[in-house]
Amino acid sequence: MVSIEIDGKQIKANDGAMVIEAADDAGISIPRFCYHKKLSVAANCRMCLVHVEKARKPLPACATPVTEGMKIFTRTPLALQAQKGVMEFLLINHPLDCPICDQGGECELQDVAMGYGSGLSRYCEGKRVVEDKNLGPLIATEMTRCIHCTRCVRFGEEIAGIKELGATGRGEHMKIGTYVEKTVDSELSGNVIDLCPVGALTSKPFRYRARAWEMRQADSIAPHDCVGSNIHIHTKGREVLRVVPRDNEAVNETWISDRDRFSYEGIHSADRVEKPRIKESGRWTEVSWEHALAFVGDKLKALPADKLGFVAGPSCTSEEYYLFQKLARALGTDNIDYRLRQLDISDQAQVAISQTLGQTIEEFEQNNAFLLVGSNLRKDQPILGHRLRKAGLRGASVSLINSMDHEFRFPVANKLLGGAGDLIRNLAGVTKELLAQNASYKRSKDLSDVLSGIEANDTHRSIAKALSSANKATVILGNQANYHPQSSTIRALAAAICELSGAKLSIVTDGGNSVGAQLMGVLPHRGPGGKKLSKTGLSFNEMLTTSIKGLVVMGAELDADTLTGSSALETAKHAEIVVSITPFSSAAIEKYAHVMLPVGTFAETSGTYINTEGRWQSFEGAVQPYAESRPAWKVLRVLGNVMKLDGFDYFSTEEVMDEIKEHVGHVELNNLFEWEAPAVTGLNGSNGLEMIGDVPIYSVDAIVRRAAALQGTTDAVSSCVYLNSNAASKQGLMDSDTVSVVHQSGSISMTVKLDNRVPDGCIFLPSGASTTDSLGAPFGSVKLDKLAGSINDQGAIGAANV
Amino acid sequence: MESVTRYVKSLFLWELLKGLGVTGRYLFARKITVQYPEEKTPLSNRFRGLHALRRYPNGEERCIACKLCEAVCPALAITIESEPRADGTRRTTRYDIDLFKCIYCGFCEESCPVDSIVETKEFEYTFEKRGENIMTKEMLLAMGDKYEEQLAADRLEDAPYR
Repeated sequence: MVSIEIDGKQIKANDGAMVIEAADDAGISIPRFCYHKKLSVAANCRMCLVHVEKARKPLPACATPVTEGMKIFTRTPLALQAQKGVMEFLLINHPLDCPICDQGGECELQDVAMGYGSGLSRYCEGKRVVEDKNLGPLIATEMTRCIHCTRCVRFGEEIAGIKELGATGRGEHMKIGTYVEKTVDSELSGNVIDLCPVGALTSKPFRYRARAWEMRQADSIAPHDCVGSNIHIHTKGREVLRVVPRDNEAVNETWISDRDRFSYEGIHSADRVEKPRIKESGRWTEVSWEHALAFVGDKLKALPADKLGFVAGPSCTSEEYYLFQKLARALGTDNIDYRLRQLDISDQAQVAISQTLGQTIEEFEQNNAFLLVGSNLRKDQPILGHRLRKAGLRGASVSLINSMDHEFRFPVANKLLGGAGDLIRNLAGVTKELLAQNASYKRSKDLSDVLSGIEANDTHRSIAKALSSANKATVILGNQANYHPQSSTIRALAAAICELSGAKLSIVTDGGNSVGAQLMGVLPHRGPGGKKLSKTGLSFNEMLTTSIKGLVVMGAELDADTLTGSSALETAKHAEIVVSITPFSSAAIEKYAHVMLPVGTFAETSGTYINTEGRWQSFEGAVQPYAESRPAWKVLRVLGNVMKLDGFDYFSTEEVMDEIKEHVGHVELNNLFEWEAPAVTGLNGSNGLEMIGDVPIYSVDAIVRRAAALQGTTDAVSSCVYLNSNAASKQGLMDSDTVSVVHQSGSISMTVKLDNRVPDGCIFLPSGASTTDSLGAPFGSVKLDKLAGSINDQGAIGAANV
Repeated sequence: MESVTRYVKSLFLWELLKGLGVTGRYLFARKITVQYPEEKTPLSNRFRGLHALRRYPNGEERCIACKLCEAVCPALAITIESEPRADGTRRTTRYDIDLFKCIYCGFCEESCPVDSIVETKEFEYTFEKRGENIMTKEMLLAMGDKYEEQLAADRLEDAPYR
């Protein structure tokens, strides 16, 4: 620590800190444009010039380290004159178009010009004009307004990990842009909108919609991944106009993913249901809430309890989950599940009560070695991907066992790719190596039996060494590991690896609140707080093979939110009543459901999400629910009343939360469990092609799927068959050929796309789209038959790039 | 002495005579009343009457939806909604002035960076039904088109003082 003096105020600052940091900590404001606390120091705007005692010239506060006894003055004539001069230079080429600029009213340049600039301009020569760039559907540009602070450029290099924007030219000719004509595709790209101090980079979906001063701001939590990024929702009237990040150093720092930022467009999609609807002899009619709830109550009560099924998506609030399971259990059934995309849950009785990151997000970043299994972390949980990248750049050893060759924007130590079987084989190889080093392990007998046929190779040894030699290591099971048809084997092997190497086990789950779903007991075998139940109900997968007569679906679309869409639809078809508690309607819902109860989205309800580090984050509704839709917890509460069930007399989510707190205690951040010896078999798939499925970043839930701008990005994977050029030439296929994909339960025709990230012998088919639901679970062997002619000629369903 | 003066004044109805004197003076003075509506008083070029939205000479509407008038309006009488127009420019999709709320302060006109929202000399209007008090964008533009010549002349006349 050194002691310095700023404007006569004595301050203690950290060694090596810059003057501007010390001033910020002390609450002394120094104007700045290029400096940002999360980016490197560029010192190119010169706005932060301050007067330092004994220095002949004013010094930039962002690039001047503090020294003992330093005396800094921010408001002396010298400093003020310097700031005024810089401001005048910055405004030379800045257009006077504040009235049509979206940044107007929240513009750093406006604020600083008011505070430090001159009231008059002495410049009367022509101003330069810079051509606008097309950066894709998310970011609007007005490059004439750019003041070359290079925050966006540094963001690309340092945070997003890809240098998409850069500066070309010097002085008057300096321009920011993509070097060649291309869009900005990072999953965190929207953050440059917040970083840009002027209106050069603004939000395209929000363009010209409202002014900063006419919107109301509500604190909320992003519902699309298990990170639970803190957000502000900006609203005007009953409309959500934009989402911006809310700083939380422990969770999302100052960033949010594009998915969290632009998903709000889905809230106002044309698919919203206005009033409760009932299907009578094939026709949908709008009815009153009283009628709809009485109808649902009568129907559900008339059915035997063991023929009822309750299914929820992974992104509902904890209060909704709690009431949902309370309703199910009050009706006498334990057939309740939220695991719509998990094919193998045979270890459900053993696994931890809540599957979490196993540590806090800040601790996660501090690990020295990572083993990522079946995860496209960068796209699935972008904020965790950023944390992982920070660790990777710091020098942590990151190894991957994945299906697709996903790009990670930092040096990867070891990489093992392959289909579903290879994933397990590789994991087993690492286990075997660790076991060989650690003979005294208490369960070595169990393991060595099942691993007898596995050989460890050099990469396995290298991964094992990295994990066991690091003082902090983590094994991460990602979305694809959880979706895997043998995910219980993966979990057991991963747990064994962790026990053998001392690493932590992280299970990152899909959806915004799967931890909440587990803790609230939206599971067939556990009640709230993980309470053991006397008998186990049917899981979602079991419901699909039993005849369920009454199905209640909350916050999920059976076709797109499950991996086994076709069998889910089949089950729904045979049910006597399917109640869909949903904000949106869709062609599929109209087909399978009998009642639609319209509910609010995350912006229209209060509630609590529990994120992957067990952080309980409550939020209020930002806007009134659309039309006559109601918050889902109210719908469940009144449904309980209508059915004359006890204990459904809540007046607010706080009351529900008080009751939840009685049952659910502190979240244990530990995923290690008493695993049973896994069956490491069936690793060799068929000789033909193998299908690997995953849910692309912008298909994860109903809201995101309806967000128009996100669907226009390059990350919005179109429904095509992806395979690498090797596999394609073996099959005699070329790019944009039309093939018939024959898999378990059906076949569809699709367009071929070449993508060398797909491993040999595999095809990748994006799940989470209604076009692929007829194919069944996206794993196992698959056949491609080349069809003649283009898909458009045939007018087949599920056509090419939609 | 004072009481004597008061007594004499009240005895001879002095105050009444004084008042009659004023009446008499005005009886013979030049009349300032006009026969409205046949006759009208002259209006200042800064008169603040009914609102209008102006256009540029080429027919393009001036308003760029900056919403400064909406922000400055002390009576919250203005409601604006905006969107990019097909050609990408910033335009209003809704521009309503509630004449019940408006206090004709002229701040909207002062705040407008493009001289779009102005107040005309029109002050003779009535409402018969609720709802008629809302001036929509179309009505405002029509007002602008109707009085453009006068508006331009008034602004030109006032320009030296701004």
